[in-house]
Parts: sequence; C-alpha cells; structure tokens
Amino acid sequence: MEKKAIAASEGIAIASVFKFESPTLDIVKETIEDVEDSWQKLASAIESSKAEILDIRDHTAKTIDEESAAIFDAHLQILEDPEIAREVKEIMNDEKLSSAYAYDVVTKKYVTIFESMEDNKYMQERAADVKDVAKRVLAKYLGKSLPNPLSIKRDVIVVAHDLTPSDTAQLNKQYVKGFITEIGGKTSHSAIMARMLEIPAIVGAKSILNAVNQDDTMILDGTTGTYIINPNAEQHQFYTQKHKDFAAEKTRLKALKNMKTITKDNHQVELAANIGSDQDLTSVLENGAEGIGLYRTEFLYMNAQSMPDENTQYEAYKKVLEGMPNQKVVIRTLDIGGDKHLDYLTMEPEMNPFLGKRALRLCLSEMAIFKTQLRALLRASAYGDLHIMFPMIATVEELLEAKEVLSICAKELQEENMAIGDYKVGIMIEIPSTVFIAKHLAKHCDFFSVGTNDLIQYTFAADRMNESVSYLYQPFHPSILNMLKLVIDASHEAGIWTGMCGEMAQEYEALPLLLGLGLDEFSMSPSSILKSRESICKMNYKKAQALALEVLTYDNSAAVLQRLKKEDYYD
Amino acid sequence: MTKRLFKVIDEAGLHARPASLLVQKASSFTEDIRIFYKDKTFTLKSIMVLMSLGIGQHAEFEIGVPGDNGEAILDALEEVLITHKIIDA
Repeated sequence: MEKKAIAASEGIAIASVFKFESPTLDIVKETIEDVEDSWQKLASAIESSKAEILDIRDHTAKTIDEESAAIFDAHLQILEDPEIAREVKEIMNDEKLSSAYAYDVVTKKYVTIFESMEDNKYMQERAADVKDVAKRVLAKYLGKSLPNPLSIKRDVIVVAHDLTPSDTAQLNKQYVKGFITEIGGKTSHSAIMARMLEIPAIVGAKSILNAVNQDDTMILDGTTGTYIINPNAEQHQFYTQKHKDFAAEKTRLKALKNMKTITKDNHQVELAANIGSDQDLTSVLENGAEGIGLYRTEFLYMNAQSMPDENTQYEAYKKVLEGMPNQKVVIRTLDIGGDKHLDYLTMEPEMNPFLGKRALRLCLSEMAIFKTQLRALLRASAYGDLHIMFPMIATVEELLEAKEVLSICAKELQEENMAIGDYKVGIMIEIPSTVFIAKHLAKHCDFFSVGTNDLIQYTFAADRMNESVSYLYQPFHPSILNMLKLVIDASHEAGIWTGMCGEMAQEYEALPLLLGLGLDEFSMSPSSILKSRESICKMNYKKAQALALEVLTYDNSAAVLQRLKKEDYYD
Repeated sequence: MTKRLFKVIDEAGLHARPASLLVQKASSFTEDIRIFYKDKTFTLKSIMVLMSLGIGQHAEFEIGVPGDNGEAILDALEEVLITHKIIDA
C-alpha cells in the first residue's frame, strides 16, 4: 500500500515499525477533602518531572547542541512557574477540586491562549512545550510511564500520533531511521527537529497508527512524502537504491560547500541566496552561498503592526550584513503593491494592481516611507558590502530620481554625523522597457538583477496568478532568452555585472543556458545552491555559449527544452 | 514603586528566549516585580503570564519595582532587554 502525506524532512528510511503510543491520561473532575494532601501529590509529580527534564536537557546538549537543549530550560521554567501554581491552588481552595484536575485546567488555559496567537509561530511552539510539560506531570501523578525514545535499541521507523519536543530530542539517530506522525505540518516542532537531526520524516499521515502493526516493514520517503507499508520486492529494491543515491549525493554536495563555482574551462560565476529575513542566514551559510543576491525587505513590513521605524530596519539590515562578512549583500527596497499589501497603509484600489502603483512607484510617491528605508540602509552600509537594489524601474528618469533621494538621505545623515560605509546601487530588470534601454541604465548603476517572474508576466501579458493563462509562463521561450542576452551584453559593455534572482535561476535545466548567456550571478533559495554548483562545475562555458547562441534563433519553448536534453554542455 | 518605560524594537516582539531570561532575572530578586501593559498589571516572575501578553514589536510596557532597590533592579532587567535587542540601547 503506497500513500502520501506531508514531506517534512528529506531522505529515505526502510525499517520495521515501532508504534510509539502514549498512555491515555484520564483526568477526572473529583472533589477532595484535604487540599494540602492533594497539592503534595502534584508537587512530588512536578519534582520527579524536573529530574527527567534535566536528564533530557543534558542528553540533548550532548547529542545535538546547546541551542536545541535550551528549549528544556523553558520546560523547567514552565514546570516551576509561580503563576500556574497560584492558579492551581486557587481552584483547589475555591472549588475543592483535585490538584491534577486544577493543573489540567490551568495548563490547558495557557495552551489555548498560545495557540490562538496564530500569527506567531513562537507561541505555537510554546503551546507544544506547555502540553509536553503538562503531559509529563500528569502521567507522573497517575503513576503511568511515558514511552521513552531512548529505550529503542534496534533499527526502526517510529510511528506516532504526534511527537513532543522532548520525544524528538531523545530520538537516537543510530536506531531511529525515520518517523511518521498523524498530525503536524512542515513547520511544526517535530518537523524542524527532524531536519536538524537529518533523519527522514513525514507528518500529517492521518490514521497511520491504525494502519500499521508493530514490526511491519515500512518505507518512508521524506523527500516526496510517500510511505509504503509492507512493500513488495520491487518497491523494496527501488527504494534501497534511492536511499543509496540520496546518501551519496549528500556526501558529494557537502564537499562543495566551501568551493568556488567554476566551469571546467575556468569561467567563474557566483551562486548567491535569496532570503526574506535574518532567520534564513543559517541555511545560507550551511549551503555555501557566496553572498546574498536578494534580501526581500517586504517581510519586515508585512510582519509588523505599523510602519517599521528607521532603527528597527537598521538593526535588521545590520544583522544580515554582519552575518555575511566579506560577502556581497543585495537588499531590495520595499516591493509592495501588486498582490502584497500592508494593513496599516491605505492604497487606492486599482483595476490592475500589477500594472499600478507598486514597489518603487509607490515609494517615490510616499517619500517618508522611502526615506526611512534608505536612511536605515545607508546607516547599515558601514557593516558590510551593501548593494541597494531598486525594484520596478521602467525608465532612466525613475532610476535617477531614486538615486537623488538616496543622495539626499546620505547628505542628511552626514550632517547628523552618522557613519556611512561604501555601497553599490543596482536595479531589478523586470519590466520589458528596461531591456531595451539597458545600456543607458547601466551608465547610472553598478549592477542589474533580473526578476524573471515579473519579466515573464509582463512580456507575455499573462497574469501569473491566473491559472487559465498559466501556459504562458514560459521562462525558456526565445523571447525571454533574447531579452536576457540584450541585458547581459549591455551590462558587460558598461563594465557592470548581471545577476538573476527570479525563479528561473534555480531551474536546474536553465543553468547551462544562463551560463552560456553570460550571467554573472545566480541567486536562488539556499537549498538549491550546492546542486547547482555541482552541475555548473561540470560544464564547459564555451559549449554552453554555443548552445545559448543556437537556441536564441529558435521560435518556441518546446524546441529549446528539447535541445537542452542533448546535454552537450558538459566537459 | 520605581517604574521604567520600555519600547520593543525586535520584529518578533518580546519573544520566548528573552522573555524567559527576563523572568529568570526577575525571579532572582525577592521584590514583587510587576509589569504594566495595556492598563493592567501582572507579575514579572511568570513565563506563562509574560508570554500570554503577546507583547509585539513597537509595543510599550512598564516595569515597576517596590522598595529602595528599584533603580538597580531595573538596570539589571534593562540589561537583559538590551542584550537581546528587545529595546534600543
């Protein structure tokens, strides 16, 4: 039986099923005579839970790291929280109810409060922490033992309804080859931990506990979310091979982390990362990015309740610049409008928002917003290799106007004795007009970065949100490729570089074409970097150039894609 | 009671880690340290209470300490907030 659920952590596991089931904790609403006696019973359950949590904490620090262990400090704090104790005693005294019942009520109250803070994933995790602690305490109180992941001493796939943070922290990678749970999503705690531990995992597999028996054989593909219970010989063989390939690829790619991206015939390009916040930096560094090719500042605005002030922005930009020492960081100025809005900024309704007042157009008419961001960027420039990038430029005049505002801000800051470092200025190439005036634009800036999603949408006049015209999203169409050629050539003639931060840069099949067209920088999601590096390092630049020149003369996407299948660009 | 006003600059608000350290620091003193938020007052020694307030970016709150040691304790608490970039130095 082959089924699918949510892929939570990459990799393949083949092992026997270990059903990880927690005892049911029946907390009944019972009245008591002796409040103190009932309280003591809970207090001793809390005390023995404390010893267990301390053990888990130490184990986690040893097997994973201190940072992961820190969540158990939070568990201890919850365990010893004076307010929980006060509220429990209040219920006990007022209503003469048992301590276990009162504890259940109080902890559930906080779980509900935290879970209702939907926009905040920290709080969702804290809700899981409170549940985890309460479960441990109540199990102790009832004299029931919780299943202990550390007791697993043979190769298994753990099957559970849900795994608490303390369960996941105690999974021993040596024996637990993977896990699958009935509830949870890609960002739930267990999924995050699985990726930290690098074990394959699937979540959201409804009723899986009922579907399996202890010791059934199971295959779990954490990359696709596919799982098979009691596979046949053919499936077994297929996934055994896939498992070997995956492990080999991982080792191979890890070796490329600190390497440069150079073709067989010595042509070097740069692989950079796209990020949305400083929280993405860890994966940027882990995946060997050679810089940040696009930092989308929208999230800084979209996650706030009001316009983020200069200092808040300055701190955020500074953090990223400091996190990427000696490496280029391209920060794009605010790109809202189109399909992105801010709750606290009223915008006139527009018939065609994608063709309306978005990004730079909006910033140039909301000077206060624009200047706040530019001042924050200029102040942060002292902390790294800052590249400021303007989105949605259509004309030379717009670029000059934006640069004028930037120099006014710089002047003001100098008058205020604020330090400003060196910085570069560039633009997004995403409106077709810019392709044909690229040589003029190049005189006024230091780099270009192609935003393919918008460039394609505007070139084909096809709304990328509208499924009925989605067939017109054609990154491999010769029209797009010829535009790229014009832009890249114009930039090189002017002595500046061209990058790409749109989705096309991480399409594996597009790499030889973009390389052949002369693209200098490829910016993509961090997880695509190593695979792209591996591929480019095997290519021959001259052959890729010949390929690119050839397909520029074609008249449709299918022919280009067909031609790429020849794979004659490797050395 | 000595009081001091703070404004949150961190985009994630007064989130779990610093909140936890703030409670830890507050709990190290015997004084009944209070937090004043949205016209209400709560103990600063409970992580449950502090987190359920959901203090977000740009929010303002006051901390109040009774007794003679107010300024010194507030300095210690302020240091936790500055170290974790919850407020401006």
